[in-house]
Amino acid sequence: MSNRVETDVVIIGAGPVGLFAVFELGLLGLNAHVLDVLDKPGGQCAELYPEKPIYDIPAWPVISGKDLTDRLLEQIKPFLPTFHFNDLVTGIEGSVEKGFTLSTECGKTFFTKVVVIAAGGGSFQPKRPSIPGIAGFNGTSVFYAVRERETFRGKDLLIVGGGDSALDWCLNLQPIAKRVTLVHRRDNFRAVPNSVSKMKTLVRQGKMDFIVGQVSKLCGTGGQLQSAVIKTKEDAIEMTCDRLLPFFGLTMKLGPVSDWDLELDGNQIKVDTATFSTSKPGIFSIGDINTYPGKLKLILSGFHEGALMAHAAKALTHPEERVVLQYTTSSKNLHKKLGVA
Amino acid sequence: MKLIVTDIDKTLHEVDFKEDDILMHVLRDANMGILAECGGSCVCATCHVYVDQEWLSKLDGIGDDEEDMLDEAYEPNGNSRLSCQIQLSESHDGIKLTIGPKWD
Repeated sequence: MSNRVETDVVIIGAGPVGLFAVFELGLLGLNAHVLDVLDKPGGQCAELYPEKPIYDIPAWPVISGKDLTDRLLEQIKPFLPTFHFNDLVTGIEGSVEKGFTLSTECGKTFFTKVVVIAAGGGSFQPKRPSIPGIAGFNGTSVFYAVRERETFRGKDLLIVGGGDSALDWCLNLQPIAKRVTLVHRRDNFRAVPNSVSKMKTLVRQGKMDFIVGQVSKLCGTGGQLQSAVIKTKEDAIEMTCDRLLPFFGLTMKLGPVSDWDLELDGNQIKVDTATFSTSKPGIFSIGDINTYPGKLKLILSGFHEGALMAHAAKALTHPEERVVLQYTTSSKNLHKKLGVA
Repeated sequence: MKLIVTDIDKTLHEVDFKEDDILMHVLRDANMGILAECGGSCVCATCHVYVDQEWLSKLDGIGDDEEDMLDEAYEPNGNSRLSCQIQLSESHDGIKLTIGPKWD
């Protein structure tokens, strides 16, 4: 795909609220590109609680985060949204008169009439343990994701954590690494049982090591890790290693949003509840990331916010047209857009 | 009723609570420095606290979900709990706890 995109709307965040905004904008004839820092749609629903039941979605007595995401994707299909995953919007420039230019971490540029920030709690970033001295090794010896497997060939790896990422990378890197040691705080794992049993087999065969403990100190010079101290129940062991891969899940950071000159209240973007516009005309904000008197961080509130935002965005981008509310039950025009005419 | 909270800077606070309050809500509303990113769904471990030993047994036991999620807390130990999973009652008046360390 081209690195330059022109569109009516860019939605930042592919969580449930961002996804439903595609629908509301689509009904009004506005096409959207949707960006997310994650590798898949669904936001928190997909990343934090895909299997957990949600009980407060209207007309769904119970639905999982994953099912909600899948249903929303099905619902917005007629509007042909374009998704850009694994990317982060770093800069927004422009105005409602001239249009906005968005730049991203992956080097894409978007030219858009309006921007909708539906970024939930911000962007998901790996949790980084504050082990003394760790900052000096970030990016040289300490990695929070594996981008290129080959760079770990022949290395002495310390992998930390008990979830799927930690276990998957142990199994994946073990064949090419010089040695793999898994460190986890207990002898139970959240990872799928199949990976755990594979890991235990490798340990029994002497092909990798597993230590119950926590990394407490890193040693090395010039960004090159030489050893790590692991605190176990009984004592502390110093282990030689040259790469550390901590997998403790994700945390949310507000990220670049705080640099966009929008009026904030703490980590939340202030909006006008008639339009869900931020303090900058043409930039809207919906869902958990916004705030206003009476705000409730509920998915259903985010859906409502998306509908009002879409009408305001239409009025702003098409001042010559009168925006009328049409019903999906009866409007032939909407039926055509929905592909059910 | 009161909680005795040691925050991340080792400052002591007394925080009021009512019967049936969720500990995480009490700490969050009193700005005790917990993130509670997931809002209390037991899926993020950013409301991690250490409960003083003498009070641990007064709490309901830790659930499997919570124990699993503590894997994503920073430096959990035997006193670790996720405050979103603790409902307070009269028997917890005076409970002492320390806010867990934060991730970078």
